[in-house]
Amino acid sequence: MSAASHPISHAAAQTVRIVPPRGFDLDLAELWAERELLYFFVWRDIKVRYKQTAIGAVWVVLQPFLTMVVFSIFFGKLAKLPSNGLPYPIFYYCALLPWTYFAGALQNATNTVVEHQRVITKVYFPRLLLPLSSVLSGLLDFGIGLIVLMAMMLYYRIGAGPAFLLVPAFLLLAILTALGVGLWLAALNAIYRDVRYALPFLVQFWLFASPVAYPSTLVPEKWRWLYGLNPMAGVVEGFRWALTGRGPAPGPMLFASVGAVLVLLVGGLLYFQKVEGTIADVV
Amino acid sequence: MSDAAIQVENLGKRYRIGQRERYLTLRDVLANALKAPLRLFERRAGDAGRPSHIWALKDVNFDVREGEVVGLIGRNGAGKTTLLKILARVTKPTSGSAEIRGRVGSLLEVGTGFHPELTGRENVYLSGAILGMRKKAIDRLFDAIVAFSEVEQFLDTPLKHYSTGMQMRLAFAVAAHLEPEILLIDEVLAVGDIEFQRKCLSKMGDVARGGRTILFVSHQMNQIRRLCQRVFWIDHGQVRASGPAGEIVGAYEAAQMAGEETSGRCFLRWDFADGGNTVRHHLQELTVRLHVQVSEPVFQGHLGLAVQNDANFTVVGWGFDGLQLPPGVHELHVQIPMLPIRPGAYTLLCSLFNRGNNLTGGHLLDLWHAVPALVVETPPLSHPQDQWAGVLNIPAQLRIPEAQAVHTGQLEENS
Repeated sequence: MSAASHPISHAAAQTVRIVPPRGFDLDLAELWAERELLYFFVWRDIKVRYKQTAIGAVWVVLQPFLTMVVFSIFFGKLAKLPSNGLPYPIFYYCALLPWTYFAGALQNATNTVVEHQRVITKVYFPRLLLPLSSVLSGLLDFGIGLIVLMAMMLYYRIGAGPAFLLVPAFLLLAILTALGVGLWLAALNAIYRDVRYALPFLVQFWLFASPVAYPSTLVPEKWRWLYGLNPMAGVVEGFRWALTGRGPAPGPMLFASVGAVLVLLVGGLLYFQKVEGTIADVV
Repeated sequence: MSDAAIQVENLGKRYRIGQRERYLTLRDVLANALKAPLRLFERRAGDAGRPSHIWALKDVNFDVREGEVVGLIGRNGAGKTTLLKILARVTKPTSGSAEIRGRVGSLLEVGTGFHPELTGRENVYLSGAILGMRKKAIDRLFDAIVAFSEVEQFLDTPLKHYSTGMQMRLAFAVAAHLEPEILLIDEVLAVGDIEFQRKCLSKMGDVARGGRTILFVSHQMNQIRRLCQRVFWIDHGQVRASGPAGEIVGAYEAAQMAGEETSGRCFLRWDFADGGNTVRHHLQELTVRLHVQVSEPVFQGHLGLAVQNDANFTVVGWGFDGLQLPPGVHELHVQIPMLPIRPGAYTLLCSLFNRGNNLTGGHLLDLWHAVPALVVETPPLSHPQDQWAGVLNIPAQLRIPEAQAVHTGQLEENS
C-alpha cells in the first residue's frame, strides 16, 4: 500500500464532535454503518466457540436434547403434566429450543462487555455491537437445533401447519427479549461484577417461571395476560404453537409479552447508553 | 480554521481519586453506603472540602492542521494517553469539546482484538475490522499485510502458537496498513527486534509523508524528531509548550536533564489550593496539595516536606508520621498558616516512606524535587540588601518614643 495513492477527499470527510456525555443519543446510522464489524464479531464468536470444544456442534444438539429427555421422564412420564396432546419429547423440545437460545444469548451478552475490556479501552466502535453480536451468534445453534426438531417431528409424524410461517416472528421476539435483558445485564455487569454470579440463578428461576416444563394452560385464564409479562412465556408458547400447530394460539398473553419486550428493550438501550460513556473508565 | 483536522477546545477529563479505572462489586457499594455516615462525621471533624477528583486533563486547547504530523511528549501520567483516548472516542471528556474532520484510526495498542484461538489469517481480518477497516480493504491489502509481517508460513496456525515477536509483527502489519485520514498512535513502535523496528519506522515515515494527519505519542525523542513537524509538550494535563519539533524536544530534554521532569515514583505533581504554585502574600494561609500515587498500601508511613532555597539550604521542613494510604492515587494536603520567606524560587523537597520514617528504618518510596518550583512573589519586606535580608520576609516597623529621639536620629535621616 502506498499512502500517497489514497488522496484524502475533502468532500467525503466526516466531522465528529467529541463532547462530554449527554442524555440519550442512539446513533442508528452509525450502527448500520458498522454492520460489517457486527458480522465479524458474530463470525469470531461462532468460530471460537466451535474451535474450543472437542466435539463442537454436538454440544449444541446434546444440551437441549438431554434436557428434553430428562423433562420427558420426570415432568411427563412421572409427574404426568399435560402436554396439549403432544408427545412429551416434541412438547418439551419445542420449548427448549427457544429457551436454550435465550439462556445462551443472555449469558454471552452479560459477559461480553467485561470480556472485551481490552478492546474497549483501546479502540472505539459502537459498544452496542457487543451485546448485539453475542445475541446473534447464538442463532447458528438455534438453526442446528431446529433441524433436530424437524427430524423429531418426522419421527413422530407431526406435520407443521400454516402457523409455521410465524416461527421467524417468534424467533425475532426471542432475539429481542435476549437483547433487551442482555443490554441491562451487560451494562450492570460492567459496573457490578456480582451480576456474573447471579446470572445462573436468574436463568434457573426464569426457566420455571416460563411454560417450558409445563403448558401455560396450567395458569388460570384470567391471569394469563399477567403471566405474559414474562416475555419468554409468549415466546415459548408461541414457538410451540407455531411449530406444531397444536394447542391454543397465544392471545392476550402474547400481547403482554410483546409489550414487556419493548419496555425492556428501550429501557435496556437507555441504560446501556448511559453506562457506555463511562465503560472505558470502569471496566 | 477550516483546514484544522483536529480542533480541541478547553478539553478536560476528570477522574475520581482512588477509583481510577476500577470496577465495583455490590459489596463495595454496600460498604461505601455503610461508611457514608462515618465519612460525614470525619469530614466535619477535619478535612472539610477535600476534593475527591483529579483532572487528568484540563483546559487543553490546540489545532492540528490537515496532513500535519504532531508528536505528543511529556512524562508518564502527564495526560498524553488520556488525550489520545478522548480523541479516539474510547473515553469521553468531562468538559470542553474536540472536533475531528476525517476518519480516525487509533493505535493505542498493538494487536487490538487479536484472539489466540484464531489463525493468523483470521486475526488479520478480525483485528483489521476492529481497527476500522472494511472487509474489501482487507481483501485488497491482505497480501501486503502478510508480506510485511514476515509470517507467511504460519498464516493458518492459531495465534496462540506464535511467539510474542511474531504476534507483534502481524499486529503491526495490520496496523500499518490502516488507511484513515487521521491516525492516533500511542507508543506502538517499540516492538520487535531492531530490524523490524526500523522497518516500522520507515513505514511510519511513508504514511506521514502521504498526507495523513498523525498524532503520535512517544517517549523516544529520536522517533519524535524524525517523524514529527510539530510537538506538544503535555505536562500536568495541560499543553506546556508547542512548536517545531526540534525546539520543543530540546526544551523537554533539557528539563529532563535538569532532573526537572523526573516526577518521582509516587509524587505525581503538586500545587497550592488555588491551583497555582505561587505565594503572593507573606501571611497567606497555604495548603500544599501533593498528588501521590502508591502501588502498595502505605502503613505507618511518613511524609517529609522541606522548602529549600537555591543554595540548597532548608528554610523550613516538616515531617508527618503515621500515614495510612490504600493503593491508588491520593491527594495529601499540608496546611501551613503562613510562609513568610524571602521572594524567589524555592525547591519543595518531598519524601514518602512506608513502615516508618528515615530514622526508624522506613522504606523510602520516593524522594522528589518538586516541579514546578515554589515561587514566592511577595514584596520584599526585610532588609533591602541581600546579605542582611536573611531567609524570612517579615515586616518590621520602627517607632520612636519621644524621649529617645536623640539616640535614633541617624536612622530617621536614612529613611
